[in-house]
Amino acid sequence: MTDSLVACPECDALHERRELAPGTKARCVRCGAVLYRRSYLEPDHQLALVTAAILIYLIANSFPIVDLEIQGRSNSTTLVGSVLALWREGREIVAVLVFATTQLFPLVDLGVLFALLLMIRRDRPALAFAPMLRFLQALRPWGMIEVFMLGIVVALVKLSNMAEVVPGIALWAFGLLTVLLAVILSLDLRSLWRAGERVVVRPRRRLRPKQSVHP
Amino acid sequence: MSAAPTTSSSEARVTTAAQAGLVACPHCHLVCRDTAARDGYGDGRVRCPRCAGRLHPRKVDSLSRTWALLIAAAILYIPANAFPVMQTSTLLSTQNDTILSGILYFWNTGSPELAVLIFTVSILVPLLKLATLSTLAVSIQRGARSRADQRARLYRIVEFVGRWSMLDVFVVALMVGLVHFQGLAVIQAGPGAAAFGAVVVLTMLAAHSFDPRMIWDRAHRPRRGRDPKKRLVFGTRHG
Repeated sequence: MTDSLVACPECDALHERRELAPGTKARCVRCGAVLYRRSYLEPDHQLALVTAAILIYLIANSFPIVDLEIQGRSNSTTLVGSVLALWREGREIVAVLVFATTQLFPLVDLGVLFALLLMIRRDRPALAFAPMLRFLQALRPWGMIEVFMLGIVVALVKLSNMAEVVPGIALWAFGLLTVLLAVILSLDLRSLWRAGERVVVRPRRRLRPKQSVHP
Repeated sequence: MSAAPTTSSSEARVTTAAQAGLVACPHCHLVCRDTAARDGYGDGRVRCPRCAGRLHPRKVDSLSRTWALLIAAAILYIPANAFPVMQTSTLLSTQNDTILSGILYFWNTGSPELAVLIFTVSILVPLLKLATLSTLAVSIQRGARSRADQRARLYRIVEFVGRWSMLDVFVVALMVGLVHFQGLAVIQAGPGAAAFGAVVVLTMLAAHSFDPRMIWDRAHRPRRGRDPKKRLVFGTRHG
């Protein structure tokens, strides 16, 4: 067990760990994969960003994204409204997929990251740290706010041909959220394992196979 | 800026964790001593001393899982493109749009750049993902040794672009939420939308379950069947 070595996640080549300057990344000499990065932002700055992102997330989901007007009748939808409409007309799978990737996972991602950064800030051992960070790593690829933002743009272009489109508050909020998330997601979760070195509660004894169970 | 390799910078002399008797924790990336030789990896009994996660030198059952997910995705790819993803009902008519006809709509109504974008993420990317991951899996099963760096790059691209295929699903969801003017125009999602979403999720899972380290493992393993001493050794029965 050693913290001075890094194995490339994509080709398993061993490297010695070197401290990086802020904003730089270490790449594997063999396959070029990113081994680890150092953000410009310290955990405290990240905490501030995550707090802001959670607030903007709430705004983005409480207000209509756009207002649509056809022949004097207008209609607007929030993200939840879209998901509910899908659910009501019997497209449950699509509804769940959209809800999970654009609402549930991004919110859980931000919430868990907020908790982890708080734990690092307190700098005291926390039992939940390791399981939460592992959970966050598994969850991360499934939050798709930035793809959704592009989806909004495409839908608006499509609708502008047939109706009057008035951007809503949530549209701007989603735009801002996309930018903030791009910064937050560029934080290398692997660096949190090192930042939280004193927070992780290590298993007390080696987990050994139980001979009785596995004869 | 790059980290220092433990040996020389020439590619051939890179030492892998596996060769050094080490294993990187798949969860917290801590490089640990590989005690599997003594204890065996079965049932996840070897745990990381930092995060208590299960240690595996390579992703478990990587190729069979990748294949299973790829086959499922390939099957669903057919309904995803054959069935309509969106149904537009107006006073006069009902129009069913598949993914391809949605692209043609953009092409014909003066947004060719959007047509190209959606064609890329909805048709090209899923197809290329299926083809690329299958090719990579086959190359590993056949013990391919050449162009490991290019295959590794292909994998990285596939993993990066996969999520963007969800674009069409989100567009449909927004249209459904926005356009319901009873008696005037109503948009509903079609059966193709769920199939298409499933294709994206399955190909993403397939990319996740593929272990790119296998590419390099085979590339640097001694050729099979070249050792004359080993050549004529037949397996003896166990037990």
